[in-house]
Amino acid sequence: MATVELPARERVERLEQMWQGKPGILGWLTTTDHKKIGLLYFWTTLVFFAAGGAEALTMRTQLAHANNNVVGPATYDELFTMHGVTMIFFFIIPMTTGAFGNYLIPLLIGARDMAFPRMNALSYWIFLTSGLFLYIGFATGNGPNGAWFGFTPLTERAFSPTRAEDFYTLALIFNGISSSLGSANFIVTMFKLRAPGMSFNRMPTFCYAFLAASFGLLFALPVLTADCIYLYLDRIVGTHFFDPAHGGSVLLWQHLFWIFGHPEVYILIVPAFGIATSIIPAMTQRKLVAYPLVAIAELLVVFIGFGVWAHHMYTTGLPTIQVVFFGAATAMVVIPSSIQVFSWCMSMVTGRARFKTPLLFIAGFIWMFVNGGLTGIMFVSIPFDQQVHDTYFVIAHFHYIIFGAAVFPIFGGMYYWFPKVTGKLYLERPGQISFWLIFVGTNLLFFPMYIVGLLGMPRQIYTYPGNMGWTAYNLAETIGGFLTAFGILVCVGNLLVSYLRGLPSGPDPWLGPTLEWATSSPPPEYNFAVIPTVTSAYPNWDPEDREEDVRKLADGVMVLEEGHEQPVVTTADGNFSEVIEMPHSSPWPPTLGLCLGLVFTFLVLEKFFVAGIFGALCLLSLVGWHAKEPQEA
Amino acid sequence: MLALVPLTLLLASCGSAQDTLNPQGPQAKTIASEFWWMLGGCVFALAVITGLLVLAWVRRGSMGPGREPGERAGWIVIVVFGIGVMVVGLVVLFFVSDVHIMGQTEQPAAGSTKLTVRAIGHQWYWEFDYPGTKHAVTADEMHIPVRTPVLIEAQTTDVIHTVWVPQLNRKIDTIPGQNNEIELYADKVGRYRGQCNQYCGLQHAHMSFYVFADPPAKFEAWLRKQAQPAASPTGELARAGRNVFMTGACSACHTIRGTPAHGTVGPDLTHLASRTTLAGLTIPNRKGYLGGWILDSQHIKPGNQMPDINLDGPQLQALLAYLGGLK
Ligand code: HEC
Ligand SMILES: [Cu+2]
Repeated sequence: MATVELPARERVERLEQMWQGKPGILGWLTTTDHKKIGLLYFWTTLVFFAAGGAEALTMRTQLAHANNNVVGPATYDELFTMHGVTMIFFFIIPMTTGAFGNYLIPLLIGARDMAFPRMNALSYWIFLTSGLFLYIGFATGNGPNGAWFGFTPLTERAFSPTRAEDFYTLALIFNGISSSLGSANFIVTMFKLRAPGMSFNRMPTFCYAFLAASFGLLFALPVLTADCIYLYLDRIVGTHFFDPAHGGSVLLWQHLFWIFGHPEVYILIVPAFGIATSIIPAMTQRKLVAYPLVAIAELLVVFIGFGVWAHHMYTTGLPTIQVVFFGAATAMVVIPSSIQVFSWCMSMVTGRARFKTPLLFIAGFIWMFVNGGLTGIMFVSIPFDQQVHDTYFVIAHFHYIIFGAAVFPIFGGMYYWFPKVTGKLYLERPGQISFWLIFVGTNLLFFPMYIVGLLGMPRQIYTYPGNMGWTAYNLAETIGGFLTAFGILVCVGNLLVSYLRGLPSGPDPWLGPTLEWATSSPPPEYNFAVIPTVTSAYPNWDPEDREEDVRKLADGVMVLEEGHEQPVVTTADGNFSEVIEMPHSSPWPPTLGLCLGLVFTFLVLEKFFVAGIFGALCLLSLVGWHAKEPQEA
Repeated sequence: MLALVPLTLLLASCGSAQDTLNPQGPQAKTIASEFWWMLGGCVFALAVITGLLVLAWVRRGSMGPGREPGERAGWIVIVVFGIGVMVVGLVVLFFVSDVHIMGQTEQPAAGSTKLTVRAIGHQWYWEFDYPGTKHAVTADEMHIPVRTPVLIEAQTTDVIHTVWVPQLNRKIDTIPGQNNEIELYADKVGRYRGQCNQYCGLQHAHMSFYVFADPPAKFEAWLRKQAQPAASPTGELARAGRNVFMTGACSACHTIRGTPAHGTVGPDLTHLASRTTLAGLTIPNRKGYLGGWILDSQHIKPGNQMPDINLDGPQLQALLAYLGGLK
């Protein structure tokens, strides 16, 4: 701790020196700065989003007319499989947790980095290599084609003899490592690295959402991984996990997949709830209505989400008593969501709403989420679910949820935090235009799907006859798809132009309530010159506390400029407990990520010996990693 | 209301062949009418939320600075609507659908049906067996007696498929190693379209079928006919065609009862000429299409399990004459 009296400016210089990363490309490769890692995630997931979007538009072009011939069945099957896997595992999860979570959580809780900075970098590099791995499969003609849910026995070797499904199982296992590392990191960060005084009941709702998503991932992913390992063994070694002729069970795959898959749906949207609950208080200049209820609801929605998986299996012939149980659980999971919806709405009604682009996206999100959520409530009715299961009605429902409730807040969040990340203001009018394009586009894209679903159109068909009454709706959907894509381009274009030409934003253009707005834009590498002390759930609306920070800088209290340091607090109450020394930039995470990528590549080629060699290299890089640990503070 | 425009479109387009909202059996009718009730509730709820969002926009400038907005109104709305109304609505929905309606759509009680049809999924066509008869087997076109409860046993020889006739009842999967059952009951004589509803590989899109609900007497006659072995070919040409079939590749994959052809890869062709369509409703069963199918099925249904067959003109003509006589 500071022993000599230094003026404020010298302290800041010293902090800069302590937290400086390496310059140039090397800096990006070896960085452990959560903000840089967040940006890496952001750009990478945006590329995957473009890929998934191109796949979707190709499918929509194929379906624009009856008996169309843009792509054949083989390509079409790869397209919908890749679209699903990409959007879920390589866009939404890494965009919300990876990009938004990484960049924002330390800032929101007044920390200088994530709890395990190198592990954080590692999860990015693994994410990147696992995505490349999957797309190398696609590019070499081995794109998975068994649908994103990969039901057995279709994905068993007997019915899928190529390597396509090996790319599927291995990519999901591989990607799961990245998400698990990230989740553990978020949990520890939010438990231990909060600013002194930020007890659990003062933690931003954004953090509750990410806490729920992280716990969800941590418990759900191992089930998916086990499932994929079984399938890999069935395919490569010839075991019979899913083969009823040899004592296996076909439905085992589905049970395990949906035990992961349903919580996954909430894991996709809960971070978006977090984004919404950040934007609403700032844009309405009022505290969120019923904050404690919302925080609990965010946790509950994921928790109950673990108990509803069999509602994806109503048509498999499960015993009645079992499906009825899951019907009741499905009804229960509605309540936490409806609490949140009414809280958001009432906060907007009773606040001073400023309908700038971020709030427009949040209003749009609420509308889309309620729309998709209401048709979701229809699935409480098991007979109705069994009627429309696997039709376009379900496609419409979950796209209202996933696009409407996860992607809309992502766009809203991009606009909202753009000034923080770049220090520039975005252009408001094109921003609002992009919102309306996307809102009209997605409704034109997804609403007709409800109708064709009710008219009996199954999902995952590459073509359909012209006399079914489906054609006009499909054409409308295709037009909506392209309109949506255009809106997204306007949005991304706006952000690029604003980045180059935007007016300076200053640290706090929205008068935001949370700590990220208390530091400069973009934030310095050490985030906060003084670790803030928190006395409410809206710390940036406590002017005396923030003035106190300035005095503390002059006095050298909680500046921690002696090293690469970070205070740690008690888990529940957020009382200051000790100062720890944090690790610095490191070449090992990308090295380990690369080696692991090669392990999986040789596994898919069934060159187990070479895979073993790279496995050994992975262990060696771990040795290198731990050879240099930060010293005790 | 934004939601009402497509709603009227929806009503206008009712009546197509696989329409869940144009039900023709008791189970599908109950499900459809429940849907309309649920839709009413959803439109109401969406209207409430839309109203709140509009209200927020209307009031956006009305609150002056300085005053801290209260939470009371918010809490009341959350507790009354978000919890109270929702819980009541969900409890009602749960009991009506999952206790009351489920009783009708679940697997029928043993002995409550008059006829059993086994629907066996194959990549990518449907085999329909009539257990209890002497081997009546057909493909992609099931016949049932009208106003008679029929038990469907859903099974598969390969991957998971789904038996679904939206106008009659909800769907049921065919799971390897498992027998799933539902009831089909048609109120009116007619033809109902069904389609495989679980992604099952390349030609999932062309795995449709018809259910013909016939008057009982007509059905009985049909079934008696289907149980008989194939008609012997009459005439020179047809006999030559039979030869082509038995000596060529066809008999390795297809069964024609009453002949040495016992293949089980493709559909039973014993009474092929009594069907109206071919290959999962992909093409009509007419001479030109049938010839095209035999020579070039991979073009018509890419990836299906029947290879293109090389035949010269006379062979094909003979074969078509033979197949055309399999009434
Ligand atoms: C390798 C196996 C195989 C061979 C050989 C084969 N078929 Fe097929 N055939 C099939 C399969 C499988 C189908 C079902 C295709 C589908 O609808 O997906 C089929 C379908 C048909 C159909 C349509 C039946 C219906 O009810 O829809 C006809 C007719 C037919 N084959 C005739 C023939 C004739 C004639 C030959 C010989 C010249 C022949 N097949 C050779 C496997 C075979
Ligand atoms: Cu099928």
